[in-house]
Amino acid sequence: MTEKKYWKWKEIETHTSINDLPPVPLSLPNYGSLGETGDWRTFRPEIDKSKCNKCYICWMYCPEAVIEIDKDGYPNIDYVYCKGCMICAHECPKKAIEQVREKKEPEGE
Amino acid sequence: MVKLKELIKDPVAGEEYFLKGNSSCAGCGGELAFRWIMKALGKRTIVVAPASCFNVTIGLYPRAGPAIPYLNMAFAAGAATCSGIVAGLAARKKLDPSMEDITVLCFAGDGGTIDIGIQGLSGAAERGTDFIYICYDNEAYMNTGTQRSGGTPFGAWTTTTPTGKKEHKKNVPMIMAAHGIPYVATACAGYPLDLYQKVLKAKKIKGTKYIHVLAPCAPGWRFPTEQAIEVGRKAVQTGMWILYEIEDGKMTLSGPSKNLLDKKNRKPIEEYIKLQGRFRNISPEDVKVLQKWVDRQWEDLKIRLACQS
Ligand SMILES: Cc1ncc(C[n+]2csc(CCOP(=O)(O)OP(=O)(O)O)c2C)c(N)n1
Ligand code: SF4
Ligand code: SF4
Ligand SMILES: [Mg+2]
Repeated sequence: MTEKKYWKWKEIETHTSINDLPPVPLSLPNYGSLGETGDWRTFRPEIDKSKCNKCYICWMYCPEAVIEIDKDGYPNIDYVYCKGCMICAHECPKKAIEQVREKKEPEGE
Repeated sequence: MVKLKELIKDPVAGEEYFLKGNSSCAGCGGELAFRWIMKALGKRTIVVAPASCFNVTIGLYPRAGPAIPYLNMAFAAGAATCSGIVAGLAARKKLDPSMEDITVLCFAGDGGTIDIGIQGLSGAAERGTDFIYICYDNEAYMNTGTQRSGGTPFGAWTTTTPTGKKEHKKNVPMIMAAHGIPYVATACAGYPLDLYQKVLKAKKIKGTKYIHVLAPCAPGWRFPTEQAIEVGRKAVQTGMWILYEIEDGKMTLSGPSKNLLDKKNRKPIEEYIKLQGRFRNISPEDVKVLQKWVDRQWEDLKIRLACQS
């Protein structure tokens, strides 16, 4: 898995081996402190940009802070970490966020 | 009122301090509250979290969700630890004045505040320790599986009150106001901008600041996760939860609570409790008892507001 750099104030290395860990049990800030929490979803919020009026209500209410605003000013959801709580879809005043059932992963292989 | 478009571009508020992929439950009201508290405080903040969900939501070693120094602390020791940090900082500031802008925050649950942490909190407030204490109130001991606390409302189911709690919620914001501290406020995760502005205000004041945030909890209160904001809003609109600030003893109602002094404007509490499974078995008589308690809270406020003007 490739790591995204998140740390804007100071870059830190990501740990690949137990030997890289700090000598004291100090956890360092990073995305995915519990892994890729997008796996939790039963439903996926999908934003219909044609209906969105860029009010950013969804950005305000998303507890997980996975909604980012892209360069055109539209909200964008990071599905790697979105937990599928559906608060965004429920609160969007334009009903621009649809609730779509996640498909089951194909078995085997 | 602050504008979302401006906040997104703001160098402090536009940043995230509780990083995605942490282990909070989906739709956690406490997580949303913490997100907005940190947007107001920024990265020059030291957080102390006594035993609560917020020792767990930060994720697993060697990673951490909070992008700021964050100390997990023993249950009763939240405010006492902050007192120590504030004293340590005061000594360090003499050598390094650049540390002047550091804020110390205690972020504790209702159990860790209302029941177990209240002595440390009261002591710190009496000494006037310069820190912010925020209680996120999910109205039970949620981390250990929903046991009743002093914050659980009358009639609510928990694992230790299977037939509904028989006692009313303890009014800790008013207990803190009685300490005469410069700033006391209540907030609700359903109104993040109101919370944000209150924390911004608290950050600028010297001395002990106390903010009590109602934080809807989907698994503990038994409602579907997408309803978290709705439940918070209904708590305020029915008057079950009152939004106010007390600045140097002067109380003002804030946000939607401003118009609710008149009972006619308050929605009946049924609108709030029917959304939640924890009130599923409440009897009609108990609903009346709870409604009476709510109305009495407002009558007390009316007297206080009338006396100070
Ligand atoms: C002295 C002590 N007793 C019990 C515990 C177990 N414990 C850890 S968190 C917790 C519940 C905390 O409840 P609250 O403060 O309301 O926070 P919440 O989990 O609801 O967010 C309990 C009982 C502990 N850590 N220390
Ligand atoms: S809440 Fe709806 S309309 Fe507003 S920015 Fe989000 S998707 Fe667009
Ligand atoms: S479903 Fe929940 S976690 Fe996912 S983007 Fe919407 S509010 Fe955020
Ligand atoms: Mg609690």
